[in-house]
Amino acid sequence: MIEFEDVTKVYPDGTKAIEDISFTVEEGTTTVLVGPSGCGKTTSMKLVNRLEEPTEGTVYVNGTDNQELDKIDLRRTIGYVIQEIGLFDHMTVGENIATVPELVGWDQSRIDDRVDELLELMDLSSDYRNQYPRELSGGQRQRIGVARALAADPDILLMDEPFGALDPITRENLQDEFLQIQERINTTILFVTHSIDEALKMGDRIAIFDVGEIVQYDTPAEILSNPKNEFVENFIGENQAFKQLSITRVREVMDEPQDHESASAEVAPAADGGEYYSISPDNSLQLGLTRLLSIEHTTLPVVEDGEVIGYLTEDHVRSYFDSAGEQ
Amino acid sequence: MAGVVSTTLSGIRYLLNHLPEFWELLAEHMVLVIVSEMLAVSIAIPLGVIAARHEKLKSPILSVGNVAQTIPPLAVIALMFPILGLGFLPSFVALFIYALLPVMVNTITGLESVEEGTIDAAKGMGMTQNERLTKIRFPLALPVIFAGIRTSTVINVGTAYLAFFIGGGGLGAWVISGINLFNMPQVFAGAISGAVLAISLDLILAAVENRLGSTGPASAQVAA
Repeated sequence: MIEFEDVTKVYPDGTKAIEDISFTVEEGTTTVLVGPSGCGKTTSMKLVNRLEEPTEGTVYVNGTDNQELDKIDLRRTIGYVIQEIGLFDHMTVGENIATVPELVGWDQSRIDDRVDELLELMDLSSDYRNQYPRELSGGQRQRIGVARALAADPDILLMDEPFGALDPITRENLQDEFLQIQERINTTILFVTHSIDEALKMGDRIAIFDVGEIVQYDTPAEILSNPKNEFVENFIGENQAFKQLSITRVREVMDEPQDHESASAEVAPAADGGEYYSISPDNSLQLGLTRLLSIEHTTLPVVEDGEVIGYLTEDHVRSYFDSAGEQ
Repeated sequence: MAGVVSTTLSGIRYLLNHLPEFWELLAEHMVLVIVSEMLAVSIAIPLGVIAARHEKLKSPILSVGNVAQTIPPLAVIALMFPILGLGFLPSFVALFIYALLPVMVNTITGLESVEEGTIDAAKGMGMTQNERLTKIRFPLALPVIFAGIRTSTVINVGTAYLAFFIGGGGLGAWVISGINLFNMPQVFAGAISGAVLAISLDLILAAVENRLGSTGPASAQVAA
């Protein structure tokens, strides 16, 4: 858990980076700090592992004022991923991942096991272990960066524009992968980005920054349906409806199977049509609507592990959307 | 062309006819170069590390070093004479001073050229300042530092010829007295063997660098 309590940071030259900021990142959740450049989001993140020190206020890490903790020890218990990745080019992938375990003195066999485990988690074969970072693609390097940050099993992960330097397709894939990984590791994550789309996708909660202050701290759905002021509205952009669809899962909207027994004639044939005539409950409503529009039937079966667990129609999407808008 | 070939051949013939003397001069030359270089490296690298760490020390150290390098080698040798007299020691000191700068400059540049993101990551992962230096910055700077050592060694082989002027011995004995006596085979014998020495030392250092690099940047260079 991370708590900011009335935190202000003024640089020695008098620039106010952030002013009187308070927010809490609950254990096991992801909070995304988002805002234009120079708004203080990266500074806020660096206050957590004391790469920056607050001028006023307190940052609590798992309930303890982080000023009372030893800087070096604190940083070794917090995973850190940065945009430039910062892999060590003179070390192999395995050595890179093992950095923090080495620093805190794990024995070699435990380190080896952990490296194997992380390579597997990142969906990289163990052949990569002895390769050097420069031999890898941008996406692979970024995966190694995340693996390295997770190596010593930190409770907290700080990620500063981790997918910023990648092409859109790789970025999208890594975001999806990371969301899946996150479900397994249950780490408290503070994530910094300038992209509202990435924030909506990755965050359980989002803090929207504007020059040193948090304008709104809410769930993605709440931010989309109830933007607090004009700044937030502008920041979200015009296609809110579309974004709303992209952050909502089919599971939240679909009908249970029994409701549709009678309408079976309308249902697209899931079995012989392949994946395009069905959808997974974890897919976004955006993808659901796209598929509904591209088939001849009005109802799309929702399939999980080979079984139909529900149905999705255009009406569902519309009524979900209307109710979200009214809130 | 034919003149060059025949003079070179006559140089080699001269060398073969004076082998005992050749070994003696070569040994003196090598001791001068290698010992002064080793001492220079062992002092220049720590100085470079200190300078790279302290912004205030960096420019004085670099400017003193730069000034030292603008003094011609002959002048350094000549300057040593009134202070330390004749013989091995003044020659050695002059070579040492002359070898210092390239190594130091390259140490500083090498350490400074490590990417900011890399250092940031190391810091954020909880490395102390010393750990960042020994595990990250120094290994990454090693190819640049080695380039400095190689340059300075090759220059050093050339400068060591001048040691003969103050009685420091070495291959300069053949070259300088050969010029005075207009004994071209003798000049060539001295010059060629120095050139071979410079090339050999450079190759040896390259091999050492690769060896060290097997756990480090060499493979990065291959991939780059």
